[in-house]
Formats: sequence, C-alpha cells, structure tokens
Amino acid sequence: MTRPRSYREATARRRVAGLLDAGTFTEWVGPGARATSPHLAALGAPVSFDDGVVVGEGRLAGERVVVIAQEGLFNGGAVGEVHGAKIRGAFERACAEPPRAVVFCIDSGGVRLHEANAGLLAISEIMRAQFAAQSAGIPVWALVGGACGAFGGMGIVARLCDAVVMSEEGRLGLSGPEVIETVKGVEEFDARDRALVWRVTGGKIRRTLGEATHLVEDDLTAFREAVAALLSSRQGPVPFTLETLQAAQAGLEGRAARDAAVRDGQVLWDRLGLDDAALMETAQFNRRLQELS
Amino acid sequence: MESFDLELPAQAPGIAPADAALFGVVSSGNLEVLVEAGPLPDRCRFHVETTAHGFTDVWQAVLADFAAGHRVGGLSFSIHDAGATPAVVSLRLAQALQSLEAS
Repeated sequence: MTRPRSYREATARRRVAGLLDAGTFTEWVGPGARATSPHLAALGAPVSFDDGVVVGEGRLAGERVVVIAQEGLFNGGAVGEVHGAKIRGAFERACAEPPRAVVFCIDSGGVRLHEANAGLLAISEIMRAQFAAQSAGIPVWALVGGACGAFGGMGIVARLCDAVVMSEEGRLGLSGPEVIETVKGVEEFDARDRALVWRVTGGKIRRTLGEATHLVEDDLTAFREAVAALLSSRQGPVPFTLETLQAAQAGLEGRAARDAAVRDGQVLWDRLGLDDAALMETAQFNRRLQELS
Repeated sequence: MESFDLELPAQAPGIAPADAALFGVVSSGNLEVLVEAGPLPDRCRFHVETTAHGFTDVWQAVLADFAAGHRVGGLSFSIHDAGATPAVVSLRLAQALQSLEAS
C-alpha cells in the first residue's frame, strides 16, 4: 500500500497528477501560454502563468475525464476573468468532446475581488457552461479538500455538481466565516473559533446534511478512489427536472422550518445520536451515518 | 512590481523541457518558475517579476550562484515572485531543475 499523501497540502498540479492515471494528463492553455490576469498586472499585483487554475484532460481508472483544479495558494483560489474563462472553456470542450465526467477540484474563496465585475461574470459563465455539460449527459463531480474550501460563487458551483466528495478538512459554504463575522458581528459567528467553523462548514457536517455525497480521508488516493467508484457506478448527471427541483425545494423548506435556529452542527449530531461525530475516524463516521439512513 | 532580465554564461544541460514546465506557486513568501528551452546552448536566461522592490543586486547574486552551480545552459527561467527570501529562491530553482531531470 502506498503511503498517504495529503490532498489538502498538495498543489493543484500535484492533485491532478495524483488523481489521474500516471502520464495521461494533457493540459489546455498551460503555463507556457502565459494567459495571465491583465487586471492583477494593472494593479501591480503578482500574476501567475496559469492564473491559478489547471485545466485539461486525462484518464482516471482508464476512463477519459476532463479535470479542473484550482490553486488555493494563489489569491485564495479566487476566480478572475482568465481563471474563469479557462474553467468555462474546459466545460465547453467537454461538451464538444464528451468525456465520461468532469472532475472539478474546487479550492476557492469565490470571486477575485481585484477583478470584481469580471470575476462575477466569470462565475455565472462557469455555471451556464456547467449546466450545458450536465444537460449533455456529462456528470460533474466536485472534490473539496483544500485549505480554501468552496465559498462564495464557488460554493454555489460545488452544490450544482452531481456529486461532492469532501474530506473532513474541506469546507463548503456561501459566505465565508470571516465575511459573516465582519457583516453580522462576532456574536453571530466567531471566525477565530476553528472548531465551530468546521462544525458549521466542514466536511463532516456537510456530509451529515447530505450536501457532500461522500466523505473521504485527506489523502489523494482516497479522493482518486472515490472518483473511480463514481466512474464505475456508471451514474449520469442528477436529472434536472421540475420534479427533482420541487423535491429539492421541499427538502430545503423542511430543513429551514426544522433547523433555522440551529447555530452549531453539534446540535444536529446530538439529535442524530452522533454526539462524538467530530472525533470519529472517517470510516467510523461513514459507517454510523450509513446505519442511520 | 519590479522586473528585470539577466543572461549568464552556463554549462550545457543534460535535458531541455519539451514543453514549458511550471514549478511552485505564487503566494506570500513564495514564487513560481517557468522553465523553457532558451535560444543559446551555452547561455542561461532569467526573467524576474517581483513584489520586492530594490533587491535586484541580491537577485542577481542568487541567480549567478545558481547558474554557476547547475547545468542550465540552453534554459530560460521566468519567475513570478511574491516576496520569497533568497534561500527560498535557490531552493525553488533547484527543485524545478530536479523535477525536470526526474520527468
């Protein structure tokens, strides 16, 4: 057995290399193309040769997939104009030459504030391109296990995916903890309380709520195996019909009525008899959750 | 941002990248380096863009040390720096070369 290699600590390029079959990756608009951000350059801020995202195609367990991997270390993985255009382009390429799936390694705080309007537009373009791929029968799977998590517009993009694979270390939300504290005050949310942040946004509570469909160890091979299992399940995209939307809406209304006052994931775990969820190993947590379903 | 170019004499390398190869990440105290084939086999080129203003002489010393100690002729290095210390710069360049040789 190979030694575990942390997904969280890996760069976007290492994640791609660790997820795909060795030597199968072909990058699109790679660093040699020097597609850097004109907005960052105009502001005198450092740019990156790949604008913080790696896109291309390769094979995973022998099946052709399109891969998108955001680099959380570069400006918090935030989406700027070029970064967003590369992601949109990857989805459009997927529509033109359908792969078995699109694997989206999300690691992003959302829109890159340096390029606010262009970044917001980029997010909506990503969503539209993603819907087009899903409508064409190509499932899109999010992997969320980086230090930046999936927040802001990228939190929405993650929830539009057909499966969301998270590690306990991963986080998923709309407004990030610091944003909530800044806007609503520390009494509403203490962003420095790391345990609270993870009990509200972390992989385990997202898996408990069903927003993450899989919880895996913080290990590149574990993420790869989760995607390989999705591939072998032969699942297509989740149907996007009036019935599925109404069912999702009813589920959310039920949850809002039941849980609107809940301020801490621990309350939900206590209710489910999973009071020691935060301390459980991933395998044990998954087993206990399975027993409850 | 401050930027400069530097060309130094260098020993011919054992390898030249077929495609541009990127190593490292632009984040605080760190840098990325893009390695490409350069035009002259006995010269080594550097292009540096850095957030640290006024340190060109330190950069040149670090890059000259690197070029003297490695087989980097015929290579071109483009660097985006976000305030890496000289030790980190040397380390990243050596790592880039090692990764290139391993691949």
